[in-house]
Amino acid sequence: MIIEDKLRQTRFSVDEVPHIRVNSEVCQDCADKPCLYVCPVQNYTLKDGEVTFIWHSCVECGACRIACLKGAIDWSYPRGGFGVCLRYG
Amino acid sequence: MTEKFDAVVVGAGPAGATAALVLAQAGLKVALVERGETPGAKNMSGGALYYSEVLHKLVPDFWHEAPVERYITRHTTTFLTPTASLSLDFKDTDFGHPPYNGFTLLRAKFDRWYAQKAQQAGALLIPETVVDDLLWADGKVVGIKTRRDEGELYADVVIVADGANSLLAEKARLRDKTSPADFAVAAKELLALPRRTIEERFNLSPDEGVASEFVGSCTEGIQGGAFLYTNKASISIGIVANLNRLRESKLSIAELLDSFKEHPVLKELLKGATIKEYSGHLIPEGGLKAMPRLYGDGIILVGDAAGLVYSTGLVLEGMNFAIASGFAAAEAAKKARQAGDFSKKSLAYYETLLNGSFVLQDLKNFRRTPGLLAKSRLYELYPALACGTAHRLFRVDGQPRKRWLALVKDEMRGRISLLQAVKDIIKAWRALL
Repeated sequence: MIIEDKLRQTRFSVDEVPHIRVNSEVCQDCADKPCLYVCPVQNYTLKDGEVTFIWHSCVECGACRIACLKGAIDWSYPRGGFGVCLRYG
Repeated sequence: MTEKFDAVVVGAGPAGATAALVLAQAGLKVALVERGETPGAKNMSGGALYYSEVLHKLVPDFWHEAPVERYITRHTTTFLTPTASLSLDFKDTDFGHPPYNGFTLLRAKFDRWYAQKAQQAGALLIPETVVDDLLWADGKVVGIKTRRDEGELYADVVIVADGANSLLAEKARLRDKTSPADFAVAAKELLALPRRTIEERFNLSPDEGVASEFVGSCTEGIQGGAFLYTNKASISIGIVANLNRLRESKLSIAELLDSFKEHPVLKELLKGATIKEYSGHLIPEGGLKAMPRLYGDGIILVGDAAGLVYSTGLVLEGMNFAIASGFAAAEAAKKARQAGDFSKKSLAYYETLLNGSFVLQDLKNFRRTPGLLAKSRLYELYPALACGTAHRLFRVDGQPRKRWLALVKDEMRGRISLLQAVKDIIKAWRALL
């Protein structure tokens, strides 16, 4: 099942300003690219060998922040009230 | 908004809500700051709350009013290979009587209810507010900086309950460096199924629930496992895997969950279930050695932010540790207030209280389990050996039978030496027995 379908029932209040920024230049020198594997919603993908990132469907777990050892990820929580809004949890 | 409180609690999960509730009951002026729209909106766990003495004391017979799902009477631990499963399946209806051994629950509902208890006791809930930093004076924490205009809140003590991904523990310099080896990530689906169907498929009476853990092929042999909990009319199902192991093996946590659901043992159990929510969360699984310093001048860490999670593979506990630590933090803050001293030295009483309770005693008694659980054979080889041996025991193929020890030896041949197996058993013995 693709992630978008899984997330269809999950509530988000998307902020226009991204709460996470990725410096993909740094990613070019990263052999492992752990972000591709640890993100539960697969927000990190490889496009033509380059790491691309979307924040709209971020579930705010912070796994990418801890897994990335290259310092490529500038991570913060979304503005208060924005982001994922779990109904079950 | 520049205001002075006796205590500011950051994060309205079970640890933070407990601290706020206890402090408010003692008549302190408490702010409980939560970044979600409501408490619980950002919180996810597998879904079990085990017996909590503190919660029983704070809200007697809480299950009558709290949004709990089912009381847990059945526990299963299962070794998985791609085609087989071998389970320890324990059920005791004794667990089905007050005060109950554990409940399944859904955090968005439960945490919201619990934070209301703190509010009713007099704590001021400030929702939709992110805390970006701490305020310092003379090397002491004196408040928080929220992401709001003039959003500075001053307090004698700041209780940090901002979860596993605690940015504030780092800002407070209580955690030096987070290592991916000490964290796991969980991906979870909430699947709707009719109540009766759940009870039939999982052999449960009405209101009874099961907590199931799986190891083996569900993580393709890497450190971690899968879980399944039954709620009233839904199932919580998920995968947990260590961050470093995911990187090394290039396995996606999201894809592991998809293949787990396709396992023949799971597929029938989940037939007809529809997805209601998908979420992810971080778990501090490093145990005692990965724990940050628990307090500083004017600051205390509680719950996941303090790394207070307990796992032996049989059970995963966090909420009861969170609640107990929130209580201990509140007691330490109360004592500090009486003494008029919120220094590190004074707040050390927090650790004294944790040392006297199951919180640090469990983590100390089982300090070797994180090391044991980091061994890859536990996830790869042993589930395969166990299922393989069971297969040989049950298989009838018209050939003369071997004695049981010979079967085990056959299964082990070429995969692990007897010496290595004995070493592993000794290691497990030292960690658990």
